[in-house]
Amino acid sequence: MAKSAFQEFKKGLWAEIPPFRLVLGLCPTLAVTKSVDNGVGMGIALTFVLVCSNIVISLLRKVIPKEVRIACFIVVIASFVTVVELVMQAYAYSLFLQLGIFIPLIVVNCIVLGRAEAFASKNGVIASLADGLGIGIGFTLSLTALSIFREVLGEGTFNHVSVFGPSFQPFSFLVEAPGAFVALGLMLCIMNMLGKKK
Amino acid sequence: MRKMLRLFVVVVIFAAFSGGLLAAVKSMTGERIEYQQLKFVKGPVLKKIMKGCSNDPLADRFKIKDGKEERTFFVGVFNGKRDIVALESFGKGFGGNIGVLVGIDLRNDKIVGIGVTTHSETPGVGARVKTEPSFSAQFKGKSIREPFKVRADGGQIDAVSGATYSSRGVCSAVASAGKIYLRLKPEILQKIKS
Repeated sequence: MAKSAFQEFKKGLWAEIPPFRLVLGLCPTLAVTKSVDNGVGMGIALTFVLVCSNIVISLLRKVIPKEVRIACFIVVIASFVTVVELVMQAYAYSLFLQLGIFIPLIVVNCIVLGRAEAFASKNGVIASLADGLGIGIGFTLSLTALSIFREVLGEGTFNHVSVFGPSFQPFSFLVEAPGAFVALGLMLCIMNMLGKKK
Repeated sequence: MRKMLRLFVVVVIFAAFSGGLLAAVKSMTGERIEYQQLKFVKGPVLKKIMKGCSNDPLADRFKIKDGKEERTFFVGVFNGKRDIVALESFGKGFGGNIGVLVGIDLRNDKIVGIGVTTHSETPGVGARVKTEPSFSAQFKGKSIREPFKVRADGGQIDAVSGATYSSRGVCSAVASAGKIYLRLKPEILQKIKS
């Protein structure tokens, strides 16, 4: 139980990296990874919410009665999500337009609630902070990898800048909704293969 | 019973804290969000209406009190003269309100151009009132005093085919913009000179 904060942080980057190892929060994963900026933006938004909610819930874990803990968690998470939504509207409006409904939907993201329930409500502040940061950064990395894969092959661009030149025929299936499932499946497959060798 | 009360109090305190926090953030970001929305939602439409103007109509704006509401007007400078104003008005569409920016020439009360800003019409059908240039072009050059109606209602505007309801919404938005403009014209003229 007495794992160091660094270990808690590290596990989110590989051993429990969402959404490949911790297969949760698939809705935004599938929906926003059409382009790199969207993927990274979503990852950062989720990281912020996760870190803040983990800290607050871990601080208040002795105050929150067991019977109403889910309601309290949701209130905490929803508040931070709304903060993110407002700040994004004010400072990154085009990103906000792109991500649209998926920002408010972070409220019901299983990763956030899952970490609150499984980790922050049972551990101290430092460990929870490390856990939130690790899982959040892991999620950002995953989304970035997935969106690079989809955008580069499906659109022929990286962050809206052309990579292969005009003669490239993009494999546009990948940026459409079914392509998201295929891309995620391939990623999961690769992760499992790598995992087995170890 | 006491346990119930405790649960109740905890949740209420949580909700109150969160409400307070959100109100604070909302009031801090409110002004910036307004500007961003102007820039991204109205900006492109405004640019189309005020094509060839020598100023930034987004920055050059003023507000006039109209009863309980405040109306925002954007000014376009052409040939060094502040002759064109644009204002936004709303009409009822198929899926909610349609926002329309109407540019009006102050010298002869004629429309210089219109453009749809916000709407929630059906993609590919009603949403074409925003994307079809030939539809919005019909309003150009018409006097703001005309009763704007689609042809099906005995008017002079050709509706986008299959989207009569949405076209009607745009027409009523333009008509209401005209009414606001005529009602506030003395104040507009006063503001624009200063």
